[in-house]
Amino acid sequence: MSIIQRLMLLLLASLPSLAQAQLKVFACEPEWASLSYAIAGEHAEIFSATHALQDPHHIEARPALIAQLRRADLLVCSGAELEVGWLPLLLRSANNAKVMPGTAGYFEAAMQVDRLDIPAQLDRSLGDIHAQGNPHVQLDPLRMLQIAAQLTQRLTQMDAAHANDYQQNLQKLQTQMQQLLSELEPQLAHLKNKPVVIHHDSWKYLADWLQLKIVGNIEPKPGIPPSPTDLQNLLQQLHNQPVSLIIRSSYQSDKPTLWLSTHLKVPAIGLPATVSNGQSLPAYYRHLVNELARVIP
Amino acid sequence: MRSIYLLPIGLALAINAQAENNTNNITSNTFNPAISLILDGGYADYDDEFELPGFQLGGEAGLPEKGFGLNHSELSISANIDNRFYGSTTLAIESSDETEVELEEAFLETLGLEGGFTIKAGQFFSGIGYLNAVHEHAQDFADVPLVYAALLGNHLTDQGVQLRWLAPTPFYWLSGIEVTRGQAYPSGDNETGREGRALFSKIGGDFSTSSSWQLGVFGYQSQFDSREAGAHHHGEEEAETATLTLNAGEVELYGIDWVYKWAPNGNPKQQHFKLQAEWMLRDENGDLQFDEEINSLAADYEGQHQGAYVQAVYQWQPRWRSGLRYDRLTPDNTFDDITESGVSTDEFFEDTELNADAAITQVSAMIDYSYSEFSRLRLQAGRIDTDESADNRIMLQYQMSLGSHGAHAF
Repeated sequence: MSIIQRLMLLLLASLPSLAQAQLKVFACEPEWASLSYAIAGEHAEIFSATHALQDPHHIEARPALIAQLRRADLLVCSGAELEVGWLPLLLRSANNAKVMPGTAGYFEAAMQVDRLDIPAQLDRSLGDIHAQGNPHVQLDPLRMLQIAAQLTQRLTQMDAAHANDYQQNLQKLQTQMQQLLSELEPQLAHLKNKPVVIHHDSWKYLADWLQLKIVGNIEPKPGIPPSPTDLQNLLQQLHNQPVSLIIRSSYQSDKPTLWLSTHLKVPAIGLPATVSNGQSLPAYYRHLVNELARVIP
Repeated sequence: MRSIYLLPIGLALAINAQAENNTNNITSNTFNPAISLILDGGYADYDDEFELPGFQLGGEAGLPEKGFGLNHSELSISANIDNRFYGSTTLAIESSDETEVELEEAFLETLGLEGGFTIKAGQFFSGIGYLNAVHEHAQDFADVPLVYAALLGNHLTDQGVQLRWLAPTPFYWLSGIEVTRGQAYPSGDNETGREGRALFSKIGGDFSTSSSWQLGVFGYQSQFDSREAGAHHHGEEEAETATLTLNAGEVELYGIDWVYKWAPNGNPKQQHFKLQAEWMLRDENGDLQFDEEINSLAADYEGQHQGAYVQAVYQWQPRWRSGLRYDRLTPDNTFDDITESGVSTDEFFEDTELNADAAITQVSAMIDYSYSEFSRLRLQAGRIDTDESADNRIMLQYQMSLGSHGAHAF
């Protein structure tokens, strides 16, 4: 064996250890950390910039987040301007070439699917609206699966060595989700066409999936907290209508929903807008549906 | 029944490619730069003009006009130039008797250089200190802390180059170096146009999910041929004929800045608290020249100036914030080899108050209301105490933000 051959063998032997270097994933919200973990598994080191009790619209571009983004290989965020208040600043502060918009390392989940509420007109007086439509796509598991497929492609592109693992993990997730949907069939049938009041437009995707009927929104305009007058008007509007449930996000104040709940004599519930720490996506959707089915008579 | 709920999955996967195509709806104005206009104005009431005995003021240091008036109206235009450069410019428009347009910043910055490096070039707010790079509209009080007014002329702004490096550490660590013309206060006119040097380093992180911090150290140094300062006079007419110039001067400045922020569970929208403090020490020397018509006085001057502030701002419920700030400044000037040419040392000290060595303190309290993140109304009351006098100041301010408005840095 020549020296060159020996050297090449040595080089080959060292390759796996190089390939084992984990991809660093910076997820803006916990659901994308959970999805990244479902697809990439042990091949990625995943950091979630926010946790379940944080409002992802309003996050401070803190030094700790800048430091994490500086070291990231892949950024996975809702996009569609959900993080417009902090992500652009984080990106400019971290100034990491790998995750700049337009590069392979920049993944906007909402932009991978059809979105609801794309506005025909943009004006600040209409509230906190997003030009690219409603960004809260994580609340629809069907859209989530489309995003999972796109993310798998992206991971494969960045780390071809583990393409098979990523593909297998995707299939596993798809199977789990299909099992979940068939398991939940009675509840889904029960929830269909139920009239609900929501606190923020994020729940529109859940309603889209479960075919709930949205009959009122506590926020008069997206992102604008309701005034007492707004609540009175909503109450007037809903008085002669059947309402099954009032839904808010856990991170939101429960005062408006409780007030409306008392006056309408309709149950109110706080649901998590994302996975809790370490929760898998199927477990999260199961929790949402079971909670709704439990509270809606 | 079963097929109804399983069908969407197949459909969802099938329309993947289609969704991808729908996202490319670029229109011509997508390429327009981000434009932001800040309307800033209000009402101010106080007795004494802005005076800090013992300091040769420069730069932008001063108070808003008495009565109704406009402060800085800021017009900013910024955009990514291409995938390698970002550009930004901010104009400050001031209007009292005349309308003045002043360039606050005009710089380009690299995007995504390898290794965590960023280069900025043009005219920019220096990265030293915590507040220096923060535009007026993003500050929590209607005026800058005294230490910024006295030692940096409100902001250290100069033309030059900045190189920053963000370390690949698990905690935040940013360091930067600047080489600038060294023309702006506290430096002055010089021949080479490259005398200013600044260094800064900041580290930061989270204490918990609810609290985070940042600590910085910084230094600045420059040399200059001449720097004019406003000479302080009690009579208005006298002020117009007297000049105070520091020739062949050197200036050095060091400081520490600290910020602590708290928001329950990391949700600053509802409630938050911010505590910040900065301390600076400035050493300067040169040949001081005082001219009053044909009379003058010259001296070797050395000044050692120290200042600090501590401020706390609390948003106790959405839209409402209140804040308290304490400022302290101490001058210490020495004059040797005084040459009197028609102006006696006593007259000189009486006119300029540069022999003052008593601490100046100020306490300010503010309360502001933001209907949305784009509109703010503020009431601020403060009291400044110098050795000779004390003055109460009241400021009522509005700050409105039009157009695209990015987030503010930590």
